[in-house]
Amino acid sequence: MKILGSEITPYKTYLNRRKFIKGSLASAMVATVTSSAFANHDSDLSIYTKNLNENDKLNSYEEITTYNNFYEFGTHKKHPHLNSGNFKPRPWTIKIDGLVKKPQTFDLEKILSNVTIEDRVYRLRCVEAWSMVIPWQGFQLSELIKMAEPLSSAKYLQFVTVFRPEEMPGQQKRTIIWPYREGLRMDEAMNPLTILATGLYGHEMPNQNGAPIRLVVPWKYGFKSIKSIVEIRFLDTQPETSWETLAPWEYGFYANVNPNVNHPRWSQGTERRIGEFKRRETLMFNGYEEEVAHLYKDLDLTKFY
Amino acid sequence: MFSTRNFNRSKPVLFILILFPSLLWAYQFVTGNLGVNPIEKLMDELGLMALRLIIITLMITTLSNIKPLKSIVVLRRMIGLFAFYYVCLHFSTYIVLDHFLDMQFIIQDIIKRPFITFGFISFLFLIPLASTSTNNMIKRLGFKLWKKIHYLIYPVAILASMHFYVLVRADKTEPVIYMGIIILLLLHRIFKRLTRPQLAQ
Repeated sequence: MKILGSEITPYKTYLNRRKFIKGSLASAMVATVTSSAFANHDSDLSIYTKNLNENDKLNSYEEITTYNNFYEFGTHKKHPHLNSGNFKPRPWTIKIDGLVKKPQTFDLEKILSNVTIEDRVYRLRCVEAWSMVIPWQGFQLSELIKMAEPLSSAKYLQFVTVFRPEEMPGQQKRTIIWPYREGLRMDEAMNPLTILATGLYGHEMPNQNGAPIRLVVPWKYGFKSIKSIVEIRFLDTQPETSWETLAPWEYGFYANVNPNVNHPRWSQGTERRIGEFKRRETLMFNGYEEEVAHLYKDLDLTKFY
Repeated sequence: MFSTRNFNRSKPVLFILILFPSLLWAYQFVTGNLGVNPIEKLMDELGLMALRLIIITLMITTLSNIKPLKSIVVLRRMIGLFAFYYVCLHFSTYIVLDHFLDMQFIIQDIIKRPFITFGFISFLFLIPLASTSTNNMIKRLGFKLWKKIHYLIYPVAILASMHFYVLVRADKTEPVIYMGIIILLLLHRIFKRLTRPQLAQ
């Protein structure tokens, strides 16, 4: 496994590093306004590249932040980048409710002061058959679950995205039923691969990528990795999720990356890695089979897609 | 009143205007300026352009019913052929760039995925239209038979818009607009036929 055991950075040092990066970004921009403003992370790439699989190459900051599915800001890939400028990711709170010892609302800063921010370089495979390799910063969801103190009856988690139509123009149109909702089984949520990400490439999470905090579940299709989370509910039954509600014959609750189960409208056998010319074979569980296959050993994946 | 000559004179300009996007996209593709997923972008732009041109040919027929615009119909052939040109580019992008001539996969894809089936049939139906587009062909076939063949533009338009409709994941507004325009244009033709003075008698 090449994604774990990476740089473990305490949040404070991490903040300092970010400040430093911001500083160098500003000076870089003064020097050459026209050249890529993102040059700064290129100088720093070794932090991330040492966690890469041999066949993978990091996608650029520009690719990761200008090609997004985040329908809250519009349905085209460029919309989130173009339309998310008015979104205010601070201050931010996350409401914890349902089957927990004490329902409460956490301030994001309070959560962040209790967790360890680490680098995680993950492949992201979209259900639309394209993929990227992204250097996230975040912490294991299991850490927040521990803070939430769920009751033993809690078997599932439901996540809810913020609803702010005045800042998220896509929400003014009912393309999907807002707010966006997603869910995980408790054991999936507790898996060490599952993180809540607060940054990428050493920057605070850009608005178009789900600021200030989003889920990243690398063995599932991208739509499971819900963005801009404001609420987490602990439940005893499988929660309703947005895409499954919209088109249950196309999108299941599990949505594990699986080259053998096709989407009814297109094949899932191959994918286009952004930045590459030729398609690649899609890997079972997006290449994280070793870490997660045991979660599904009793599940018929063609039925529970 | 616009004469046939007016419209004929506009042809070179129109030719360049309609050809230009394909040259621009090809240039942007080669120079890496077509966004981060250039193959998808190229395919989408080419397909959308083809669909729009198909709809424009239908509109031209409708517009030619308006007296002062009667001669606009002289533009229809060129635009129809351009639609075919863009469909060919769209289809070859899919075959060559998207799937690297993996014919086994492509055939499966065409059979198994309704939206690709729609698009493919639409492309097939355009072939007889494009290949009978010369004056000589009209003469050889006779106008009646030629006209019958060219009714294929209706299934072409409907299938092409369905191809677009099915492909979109959530916000179907744009394909619905195109479908709506096509349906209105077809309804107008039906209405015209029903209310036409009985020439047949």
